[in-house]
Amino acid sequence: MIDKKTLLASLLGASVVLPLPALAQEDAGDPVTLRMAYDADPVSLDIHEQLSGGILQLSHLTHDPLVRWTKDVKFEPRLATDWERIDDTTMRFTLRDGVTFHTGNDFTAKDVVWTIERLKRSADFKAIFDPIASAKAIDEHTVEIKTHKPYPLVLNLATYIFPMDSEYYTGETEDGDPKDEIVKNGDSFASRHSSGTGPYEVVSRQQGVKVEFERFDDYWDQDSPGNVDRIVLTPIGENATRVSALLSGDVDFIAPVPPNDLERVEADQNVELTTMSGTRIILMQLNQKRVEAFQDPRVRQAFNYAVNQEAIADRLMKGFATPAAQLSPKGYDGHNDSLSPRYDVEKAKELMKEAGYEDGFSVSMMAPNNRYVNDAKIAQAVATMLSRINVDVDLKTLPKAQYWGEFDDRAADIMMIGWHADTEDSANLFQYLTECPDPETGAGQYNAANYCNPALDEKVAQANVETDRAKRAEMLQAVEKALYEDAAFMPLHWQDLAWASKNNVKLEPVVNVMNFPYLGDLVVEQ
Amino acid sequence: MIAFLIKRLMHALVVMFVISVISFAIQSNLGDPIQQMVGQSVPESERAELREELGLNDPFLVQYARFAANAVQGDFGYSYFFNEPTTDVILRHLPATLELVIATTLIIVLLSVPIGVYCAIRPRSALSRLFMSVSIVGISIPVFLTAIMLIQIFAIGVDFSPFPADTGWGQWLNGALSTEGGMPSYGRGNDLTHLFGTWDSNFFSLEGLTYLVLPSLSLASIMLPLFIRLIRAEMLEVLQSEYVKFATAKGISRKRIYFVHALKNTMLPVITVGGVQLGTMVAYTILTETVFQWPGMGLMFLEAIQRSDIPLIVTYLMIVGLIFVITNTLVDLIYGLVNPTVKLTGKPA
Repeated sequence: MIDKKTLLASLLGASVVLPLPALAQEDAGDPVTLRMAYDADPVSLDIHEQLSGGILQLSHLTHDPLVRWTKDVKFEPRLATDWERIDDTTMRFTLRDGVTFHTGNDFTAKDVVWTIERLKRSADFKAIFDPIASAKAIDEHTVEIKTHKPYPLVLNLATYIFPMDSEYYTGETEDGDPKDEIVKNGDSFASRHSSGTGPYEVVSRQQGVKVEFERFDDYWDQDSPGNVDRIVLTPIGENATRVSALLSGDVDFIAPVPPNDLERVEADQNVELTTMSGTRIILMQLNQKRVEAFQDPRVRQAFNYAVNQEAIADRLMKGFATPAAQLSPKGYDGHNDSLSPRYDVEKAKELMKEAGYEDGFSVSMMAPNNRYVNDAKIAQAVATMLSRINVDVDLKTLPKAQYWGEFDDRAADIMMIGWHADTEDSANLFQYLTECPDPETGAGQYNAANYCNPALDEKVAQANVETDRAKRAEMLQAVEKALYEDAAFMPLHWQDLAWASKNNVKLEPVVNVMNFPYLGDLVVEQ
Repeated sequence: MIAFLIKRLMHALVVMFVISVISFAIQSNLGDPIQQMVGQSVPESERAELREELGLNDPFLVQYARFAANAVQGDFGYSYFFNEPTTDVILRHLPATLELVIATTLIIVLLSVPIGVYCAIRPRSALSRLFMSVSIVGISIPVFLTAIMLIQIFAIGVDFSPFPADTGWGQWLNGALSTEGGMPSYGRGNDLTHLFGTWDSNFFSLEGLTYLVLPSLSLASIMLPLFIRLIRAEMLEVLQSEYVKFATAKGISRKRIYFVHALKNTMLPVITVGGVQLGTMVAYTILTETVFQWPGMGLMFLEAIQRSDIPLIVTYLMIVGLIFVITNTLVDLIYGLVNPTVKLTGKPA
């Protein structure tokens, strides 16, 4: 077995040098090391460079948000201890006292203001931070966030505000570049240096090989049960290898667990599988611009009646998916409990007959083959199911690198897409997937169905300025119901999330539907 | 000699030029690099800006001319993903691949020559037949399958107990069929020895060597049987030749005939095939490195394709082309040493 103490001692020379003190002395007790393998490592240390799962997972290690989601999609205070709505457009946050950054600088309101301003400059984040007009430091530990219009989702956005060390990122590098610049395709100070308030600091990083983290000695949250001193993150892209690495004991924790290996992992007595219904909806869009028949709601309904979501979730996904009849997963305000999958082939045939397509027609379908879990197989299953209502599907599956170009061109009559709302809110789902496409405003950017219902769009817009959460939920649920009745798309399922770890790694309490395990609170039993 | 090398150098340049044109021409089919760089909710206008910034909107010839002008000065562009010059990225990944290839070559050379010669000398012995049938299996199983089987057996372990465990013989048989596992299943480990530059080696510590075992065995699983069969066939032919009969008649010891006179002539075609196969091995490293998460060029290349990292893909292909030309040149040189009657081009015949 590898002697874990030698991990740091044998750091590779080519590693990125960070300004932080690298080796902490080993005090009482053996240091606890967590060796983990994800399918990819973070593309950058700059948490504003890309809005992606990988970067958010990193953000929760090296930084802390103002508030964060709990397991049941509620808010939990982190760097903000309290918040109140002053008026329709203003929210006041009280910040935690006695928090320091990895560099030793004190965390104050000015860091929050600086971070929000930087977020508004980031290509990836500016869209979701658009509703925010300004942020102002009232005193050392109070911040006011103003929105352009009444905006109900300020707290949702606060989960994305991971204050950065403004002092550390101020100034210029030796090359004369500003330290706070956000560079997508190049080298920047922030992409190689990091200072946050989070439980871990990065001590070395070799892109694509490994990232090593060490617990921050002065972490503010002394009540956290977390006892992991060191984390070694290795990206293992190949599914089978990632599982083997866990089963052979080379790593302690892996994510995601490929569905084909779920049973194998569950059967192994030395490892534990943790699963949870996820929030990423997988759906098919029926392009009304390309196929005239799809303009008839009866045809769209028939397609929905023809697809057996339960069978896909049960057999193809081996039970690790939740069949869906709408976009919003449980826990979202817009989730409408009254909607359920409506598989009924006879009814589908009837509807086709009514619409005058008893003999069916031919359509083309495209799906990625390495983006979502079992994506190509799901598309095949749907194509087979549609053949029962005499619809002849010409299916083409592509690797994701090529698929999105085709998707942007709306290259097939039916296209598959998976979507996770960055704001963890239903309105985001509607804005991107079902609103009338408008290149000017970016609405309906991923609406490959070209479905357009201005009345519903109006309702979503109203919901977006409604600050009474209960009222707003009612409005969003009404939209879900209308979309269901109109069969605007074919919802399939929400992908389950799966993690696996050795028995002594207590994952269950720290995982959540957003798929950002709070590793700062992770307990590894000795 | 010099003229020969210069000629080969020209070959290398032509090969690299052709590869760069081809890989540039197919880049539009490699997917959209922008998609890999930005989050899902980034509006089209931002994407268009980034595309313009990277020069992806320019016509093919303009893009190629820009690339070629920089490339002749040794600048092959920046990897989109690593944000570093592609040559740096490749140099950093090269040592891992070379170590894997060296370890595999050692396995092949050390095993194929004695086994091949043995099978030729004693073609009818039971051991020879065993080697021959196993080698057929080895050739037929794809590399990644071999790799996954090796991981299951030697890294994870197999618990196979069809025999009654309460009897002594049953326990013994179960034990013989089951494995403990414990070999490292991925990566290069942490106990590397720094040699120079970007080269960290697995060869200088016991722990480092354990990480090499499974990947190099699976990489060797295709080539080793091929070489055993090749050496056996060549050796059989050579043993029939007149000069071997003459040497035997002259009373030279069998050992000397086999290992000095016959083997030398056996090796000629083996070297040719070996040189070509060395290039093929680079291709197989892509599979092996992917399964074992070996941080070499093969894995890097596969990931670059998934990320549509076009500059890195182009540079990798050009460098592999260069490696092919270099190995073939070396093969020709060695050929001349082993068989002085072979003339290198450029020398008067």
